[in-house]
Amino acid sequence: MIISIASGKGGTGKTTIATNLAISLEGDVQLLDCDVEEPNDYLFIHPDIHEVRTITTPVPEVDMTKCSLCGKCQDICQFKAIVVMGKIVLPFPELCHSCGGCMRVCPENAITETDRELGVVEWGRKNGLEFIHGKLRVGEAMSPPLIRKVREFARPEALTIIDAPPGTSCPVIAAMKGADYVLLVTEPTPFGLHDLKLAVGAVKILGIPCGLIINRSDMGDDRVMEYANDQNIPILMEIPFDRKIAEAYSKGHMIVDVMPEWKAHFLKLHRQIEEAIS
Amino acid sequence: MKELIVISGKGGTGKTSILAAFASLAGKKVLCDADVDAADLHLIMAPRILERHDFVSGHTAVIDSDKCDQCGLCRELCKWNAISEDFVVDPIGCEGCGVCFYFCPEKAIDFPLDTCGEWFLSDTRFGPMAHASLGIAEENSGKLVSLIRQQGKMLAEKNNMGLLLTDGPPGIGCPVIASLGGASAALIVAEPTVSGKHDMERVAELAAFFNVPTMVCVNKFDLNPEMGQAIESFAKEKNITVMGRIPFDPVFTRATVQGKTVIEFDPASEGSGAVKKIWEAVARHLGL
Repeated sequence: MIISIASGKGGTGKTTIATNLAISLEGDVQLLDCDVEEPNDYLFIHPDIHEVRTITTPVPEVDMTKCSLCGKCQDICQFKAIVVMGKIVLPFPELCHSCGGCMRVCPENAITETDRELGVVEWGRKNGLEFIHGKLRVGEAMSPPLIRKVREFARPEALTIIDAPPGTSCPVIAAMKGADYVLLVTEPTPFGLHDLKLAVGAVKILGIPCGLIINRSDMGDDRVMEYANDQNIPILMEIPFDRKIAEAYSKGHMIVDVMPEWKAHFLKLHRQIEEAIS
Repeated sequence: MKELIVISGKGGTGKTSILAAFASLAGKKVLCDADVDAADLHLIMAPRILERHDFVSGHTAVIDSDKCDQCGLCRELCKWNAISEDFVVDPIGCEGCGVCFYFCPEKAIDFPLDTCGEWFLSDTRFGPMAHASLGIAEENSGKLVSLIRQQGKMLAEKNNMGLLLTDGPPGIGCPVIASLGGASAALIVAEPTVSGKHDMERVAELAAFFNVPTMVCVNKFDLNPEMGQAIESFAKEKNITVMGRIPFDPVFTRATVQGKTVIEFDPASEGSGAVKKIWEAVARHLGL
């Protein structure tokens, strides 16, 4: 079973929910941090990393001794990642989406593959919990291919918890697609509500059941609550603002460590999700 | 013309609230919301939309089942597994690379342009504003960011205004890269948490990579003063100018709920005072 944790707006508490839920559960559990631009779960989980893999994507390299300057590679490329300039063909590897079109279309077989580094995927454990995350190379623009690499570690027999990036565009879709349930984390402010509506839209496009967690539930107004009731989105948990929680988070501590009574809430959250799916 | 871009790495550190407060404080300026994926600045600015345009970018493949003889070449070539066993393209999975369209032996694949969002030129009580909204689950956010910044610059030139205040997206990926290129300066809004520091360091590295002069301010400083100081020490080491500290103050949330900037809502509050000082320092730094 795959549970993705998403939000639309950033900074609403995805990391808090993902890490505390993962650490509270027993059995075969995996935590996949797919916020590869800014992965934070490891700062709270402190996993022992056993394996680091550099992830690359294929990009074109042109052998000018074979090239006839026909321009077919430039014509097929939708991303302006390979350009004929006078008597040379210039690839722009950072714009390349690795579709393989230029290599296939080249009549002279002058184009071969080289690699562009996307970042790393790290695999490790914390007690019984399996931990995987991706770290996008600083300067790399495309996160979805790295997110898909992290997701390849998901085992169907395990309970997989995915921490998704903020927003509603392609990186978020890459982190939610194929999940059995999406847990949306929001805050009861106009920004939280606006971005929640976008996130619900994305979940609906993918056709995945979802539930809501309202964080800092007493700092704002009732509009998020009204929206959730209106849309029949179940509210599974409300976390009032508590300076103790905020300060613990700031130091990298888990809620369930500082306030052990919260473990029961996270176990209940998991049961509610299981019931909703079955 | 100067363009200040406000970024953070981590989401939810207060970029939009702080930029909105700057809008209350700065002289003649154009506002620009470059967080096109989850744009929120308009919720405070209440823009009156003067111009509305479709954002057309990229393509999606569509298979014509009457012409398709199910040879399977497209499925073999598609690197995104976006074509189903019964030869239907999943528009969300399709990357828009055109390889299937180009190589289909039956010419059974169409490749129409996508309308993947909208962009707007507006008027607000603080001046002109360029903003956009990317369609849900759409791609090309970087291109829309570049477009909206360009429109913001044109608005500033047209109105003879020397400043563009741009609200940036979170993260370090494609939309952030598109926000940074060519900006006069970036202000990082950091929060004093382990994750806030970690994410601020990564986005600072990105800004340095693009040679954008960078400043930092720490929001909610008193939540963890030790971490706040660690962020400031890191900044000094990396030649990032430290602009000041903002205390944790619920007045920011209360102002947002009312659709106001913190300066409009309660100019005498601690939060407003701190943001005012930071704006003065930023304005001096930008040479305004």
